[in-house]
Amino acid sequence: MLKIENLHARVEGKEILKGLSLTVNPGEVHAIMGPNGAGKSTLGNVLCGRPGYEVTAGSVMLDDVNLLELEPEARAAAGVFLALQYPVEIPGVNNTYFLRTALNAQRKARGEKELDSMAFLKLVREKLKVMQISDELLHRAVNEGFSGGEKKRNETFQMALLEPRLAILDETDSGLDIDALKQVSAGVNALRSPERSFLVITHYQRLLDYIEPDFVHVLADGKIVESGDKTLALKLEEHGYAWVSERAPQAAGARA
Amino acid sequence: MSSETTASTNTALRDNAEVAEALGRHYSAGFVTEIEMTGLPPGLDEETIRQLSAIKREPEWMTEWRLKAYRHWLGMPQPDWAKLKMDAIDYQAISYYAAPKKKPKSLDEVDPALLETYEKLGVPLHERAALAGVAVDAVFDSVSVGTTFRKQLAEAGVIFCSMSEAIREHPELVQQYLGSVVPPGDNFFAALNSAVFSDGSFVFIPKGVRCPMELSTYFRINAQNTGQFERTLIIAEEGAHVSYLEGCTAPKRDENQLHAAVVELVALERAQIKYSTVQNWYPGDENGVGGIYNLVTKRGDCRGDDSKISWTQVETGSAITWKYPSVVLRGDRSVGEFHSVALTHHFQQADTGTKMIHIGKDTKSKIVSKGISAGKSNNSYRGLVKVEKGASGARNYTSCDSLLIGKQCGAHTFPYMEVKNPTAIVEHEATTSKISDDQMFYCRSRGIREEDAVSMIVDGFCKQVFRELPMEFAVEAKKLLEVSLEGAVG
Ligand SMILES: Nc1ncnc2c1ncn2[C@@H]1O[C@H](COP(=O)(O)OP(=O)(O)OP(=O)(O)O)[C@@H](O)[C@H]1O
Ligand SMILES: [Mg+2]
Repeated sequence: MLKIENLHARVEGKEILKGLSLTVNPGEVHAIMGPNGAGKSTLGNVLCGRPGYEVTAGSVMLDDVNLLELEPEARAAAGVFLALQYPVEIPGVNNTYFLRTALNAQRKARGEKELDSMAFLKLVREKLKVMQISDELLHRAVNEGFSGGEKKRNETFQMALLEPRLAILDETDSGLDIDALKQVSAGVNALRSPERSFLVITHYQRLLDYIEPDFVHVLADGKIVESGDKTLALKLEEHGYAWVSERAPQAAGARA
Repeated sequence: MSSETTASTNTALRDNAEVAEALGRHYSAGFVTEIEMTGLPPGLDEETIRQLSAIKREPEWMTEWRLKAYRHWLGMPQPDWAKLKMDAIDYQAISYYAAPKKKPKSLDEVDPALLETYEKLGVPLHERAALAGVAVDAVFDSVSVGTTFRKQLAEAGVIFCSMSEAIREHPELVQQYLGSVVPPGDNFFAALNSAVFSDGSFVFIPKGVRCPMELSTYFRINAQNTGQFERTLIIAEEGAHVSYLEGCTAPKRDENQLHAAVVELVALERAQIKYSTVQNWYPGDENGVGGIYNLVTKRGDCRGDDSKISWTQVETGSAITWKYPSVVLRGDRSVGEFHSVALTHHFQQADTGTKMIHIGKDTKSKIVSKGISAGKSNNSYRGLVKVEKGASGARNYTSCDSLLIGKQCGAHTFPYMEVKNPTAIVEHEATTSKISDDQMFYCRSRGIREEDAVSMIVDGFCKQVFRELPMEFAVEAKKLLEVSLEGAVG
């Protein structure tokens, strides 16, 4: 479903992704781990077409659509969703209104009928059962004055509502308290389906206890340097990234 | 205690890659109505004023009043436009009276071309088609061409008619109140207006009456080389309530045209006046050619105790806007409010704000100003909060927010304060922000197109002010901002 091949990308003239390849099949959950500054968030941003992130080589296909040719909003309509590591505040714009505008913009782009406010509220109520968020947050301005954890929760609620085919969660677990982590994980698990795939970026093995990945990858210095099943995360937890460097000296060499 | 402060922020944007240069702009009210007109040739002297007064069949006292203002004006210097870039106005090149040739006796006789004009502008004058619960006075160039729902209003004792008609039909009221809030010699443009004012609306709400519907005036400039000199007077007697709205548009033209208005509001004891403006004069093109010079004096007088005057304005049009709707808080416990959204794009300049003059005891004022600048425009808030010696317990709260779109626009804030009573509490807050790349990407990554994202963010920014507008007009105002921002992102 998602096929990334030999992806090279630059930010501010600096090469960050250096030949990254990754294939994600429908229904799979892939965890991406790796040291700070390795390029994990960059990968998410590049997949979503963030301006300033320049792709210099490689390809990204979502089924038979070349994602790199699409504007960010068109990628969203094609089913790509990124839960940001640092969600953005939009003062004065009601959270529910924002969600409805987003959903209807996507539906319109896909040639589907826009939802009226009744139908939309019904959908919100339905999704609240899957991914809880307090009513109060829905009525406030988008992320404005939200706590770190509340922002992350809001991201996952957006995901539940927008029903993407490819969801990228960038450190969604950091900032969540223990109970919230369990609830959000349960929500993500409920959204797992044979048609939907996840890229879960995290630093903590703990999250993967709740959201069991099909594959775990280590991203270091702009490439995937190690891939395995969920036990890879456990080994990383035990040995640290130095252990990967020893096993993949070519990547480690570039980092040192 | 006395303090006077000035703060100026000129924030140029450096790193906003998403929000790029301004392109086109869609001004749907820019059409010209082909209709047979009559008027005075360009030029201004005492004879012009006598002729104008004669055409309008005014009584002698009115002619004299105008001439006195004119003589006063002759001795006044042009104000010094510290911050505004503006071509010198040639007052001899302007025609001071332009009107459709056919004079209708009633709405049914109004020229179909005019009816169509207002229809196109979204202000149907046929009562059947009219907005429910809104009475309209339509001013076309120098004259009122019709006023709707007059019968229903008359039954409630409300007078709503054109200023010209009021001078003939209700001279005692006009003589009592005209110039009592903005004296003819108040300032250069007020003096000019007093000499040559053409038409505007007159509203009188008698004691204890709550006006049964919204009143509104729709100003349209159509003829070339004319100035529009609107004069509006609203009087709310003891305990009366009224909500009034004005809208303004003009055709696209390469020459600048002048709209120099004076609006006076009088609120007696416990009276409340809510005055809203949606100003969409032709702003000029993307190169700064053409557009209306909108130079306006608006003032309300809270003459009675416990009265309230509230100004709400959405200013999106005009090449230059120069207006400071003010409230004189004379009555004890009187309340003045000013809610403003001013949007500038391309080469537009807006210098707008308010004056709150606290004279009575325990008077309160509130100022909420939202300035949005895009393109190469400049947007200034200029406001004065003055607390006189006797105004014990006076309170003011001011908040001024600026939003910048693009890299070449400017936002400026000039809050002046003069506080002569130690018990007064005056608060001022100001912020300047821009639409960030992060916000744009966040919206886009959720599927929202750039232009929609900008208008959503701008709408969020203005929410506090839009809430003050009557429902139908809040929707209008929102749409207007969207249109005005067209091309603000590349
Ligand atoms: N907009 C930018 N301007 C300059 N450098 C950038 C920018 N975005 C990313 N970088 C640099 O690219 C590198 C990779 O950053 P990225 O955010 O992708 O790392 P990460 O793997 O997500 O790290 P973390 O685990 O700390 O979140 C870092 O060195 C970072 O400083
Ligand atoms: Mg990161």
